[in-house]
Amino acid sequence: MSALLTVEGVGKRFGGFVALEGIDLEVKQGERIGLIGPNGSGKSTLVNCICGTLRNETGKVRFAGETLDGLAAHERTRRGLARSFQLPRPFGSLTLVENVRIPILYTVNARKAGPGHTHVPHDAIDARCRDLLGEVGLSAKADRQPRDLTQIEMRKLELARAMAAEPKLLIADEVMAGLSHAEVDEIIALLIRLNGQGITVIMIEHIMRAVMEVSQRLAVLVAGRKIADGDPREVVRNPEVVRAYLGE
Amino acid sequence: MRAVPFVLALVVVACAIFGVGRAIGSSYAFFLGYVVVQYIVLGTAWNILGGYTGYVNFGVTAFFAIGAYSTVALYKLVPAMPLPVMVLIGGAMAALVGLGTGYLTLRLRGVFFSIATLALAVVVQTLITNWDFVGGARGAYVLRPKLAPLIGGEYVQYLFVVMLGLCVIVLATARAIERSSLGYGFAAIRDDEAAAEAAGVPTLRLKLIATTLSGGFMGMAGAPLPYYVTYLDPTSGFNLNYAVNAIAMPLIGGTSSWLGPVIGAVLVGGLQEVLRVTISSAANVLVAGVLMVAFVILAPQGIVGLFKRRPK
Ligand SMILES: Nc1ncnc2c1ncn2[C@@H]1O[C@H](COP(=O)(O)OP(=O)(O)OP(=O)(O)O)[C@@H](O)[C@H]1O
Ligand SMILES: [Mg+2]
Repeated sequence: MSALLTVEGVGKRFGGFVALEGIDLEVKQGERIGLIGPNGSGKSTLVNCICGTLRNETGKVRFAGETLDGLAAHERTRRGLARSFQLPRPFGSLTLVENVRIPILYTVNARKAGPGHTHVPHDAIDARCRDLLGEVGLSAKADRQPRDLTQIEMRKLELARAMAAEPKLLIADEVMAGLSHAEVDEIIALLIRLNGQGITVIMIEHIMRAVMEVSQRLAVLVAGRKIADGDPREVVRNPEVVRAYLGE
Repeated sequence: MRAVPFVLALVVVACAIFGVGRAIGSSYAFFLGYVVVQYIVLGTAWNILGGYTGYVNFGVTAFFAIGAYSTVALYKLVPAMPLPVMVLIGGAMAALVGLGTGYLTLRLRGVFFSIATLALAVVVQTLITNWDFVGGARGAYVLRPKLAPLIGGEYVQYLFVVMLGLCVIVLATARAIERSSLGYGFAAIRDDEAAAEAAGVPTLRLKLIATTLSGGFMGMAGAPLPYYVTYLDPTSGFNLNYAVNAIAMPLIGGTSSWLGPVIGAVLVGGLQEVLRVTISSAANVLVAGVLMVAFVILAPQGIVGLFKRRPK
């Protein structure tokens, strides 16, 4: 299968601090990839560079056969990249339904309708928003505002909002942190189900049980560099990876 | 209510207000009415940028005065030009400046954007003060015709009708925005710009739409001013009162709905008039300022927010 996402030599600095250096990553259409690494290793920064929230100083990101350099974040979202924010960034003055409505209005319905892509008709948007909230278990709070949510529920809202954009590639940045065992299982099932519908998934997670269950391939970042990439069971036995985790 | 019935309702209300004015028959009522309706337009215009997208524009007087001075210039060039055409041209000039300001400043966030708009007001005031054709620092006289065209009666009635018409257009636009994708996009920008981008909202384009519309409507609000005051100089055209009121009225009435600036303008404009008649107009800025601070601290959702039912 062909590469959906290609990251080539991406580097990012914050002042003098090197957050990412020479990152290469290839994600094939339909894959489920896990991305792990100790705190501060640059995982979220990489997501931000891929999605256009931050600009990488070096390297290239290609997506679905197109170079993304210079494209604003909203243009990347319309091309089929969607992400959740690790620190939730809900639209605070809108209800949950309205939060999810934004990507439907501005991404799904802003794409050209045609074969393989249909718009959500105006009178069906509300129902679609409620379905999406239902998928992450937020039905009961659909008409509340984000301030009525717990941190954990806000992460679920992040996931629903990313799903609403009907992406080709979904990047879930630690959506499971703090969830109960049963809830983690639900989100795992959800990600696998979405993947079954043809959505490629990158999952960033510290919960190793979920990482091992979801990932078909695992990449490891340590201090802004990729130190391993391959079969999950082999990667977690890799001495360098073990050292990085135990050494911190 | 859908858009068309809403506009019809606005027109009916506007006609009723004008009818009441005619029945009272005092020119004072029209002079007062003009000021209040002008502030509804100005406050609503400010709110399209400040309330909906959250970008606080301190440079209100720049846009307002561009409208007013455009009319002075047109009056000198083509004295016979009908007032509504002058309003359109003044609005177009201010809209262009709004678009330009947007391009130059919208990469600035929060208070830095506000400071840039404040600087814009100073720059525009300096330019106009040094532009002799429109009177420069000395000011310019505009002869107000005795009689109103079309409707008859004193000219101030015509000024009032033009401002009422403008008010209908501005309120209909504001309400249409609230209910459209544009309104959702604006709200997303106000709440979190990075998240809005990630959700597909073209934030820069939407912000330019907001600065252009907001600036244009402020310019339109200012365009009839020279005929109202008949003598316009930079001190009055760039009066602090306009900026303070345009910001205070939406904040007091509530920034989340088109109704907020209307309530704020009627309340604060009315109160200022009572004080002007009983004490002096020197207290105007003070009244608006104190009320604004009180509302920002005690009722940040404004008066509209007090009546909105909280979801269970
Ligand atoms: N905007 C920023 N400005 C300065 N430094 C930053 C910024 N964003 C991230 N960093 C730094 O870059 C490094 C990588 O951060 P990042 O958030 O990408 O790590 P992470 O792998 O996602 O960690 P975690 O597992 O805790 O989420 C950290 O040291 C962080 O402090
Ligand atoms: Mg992170």
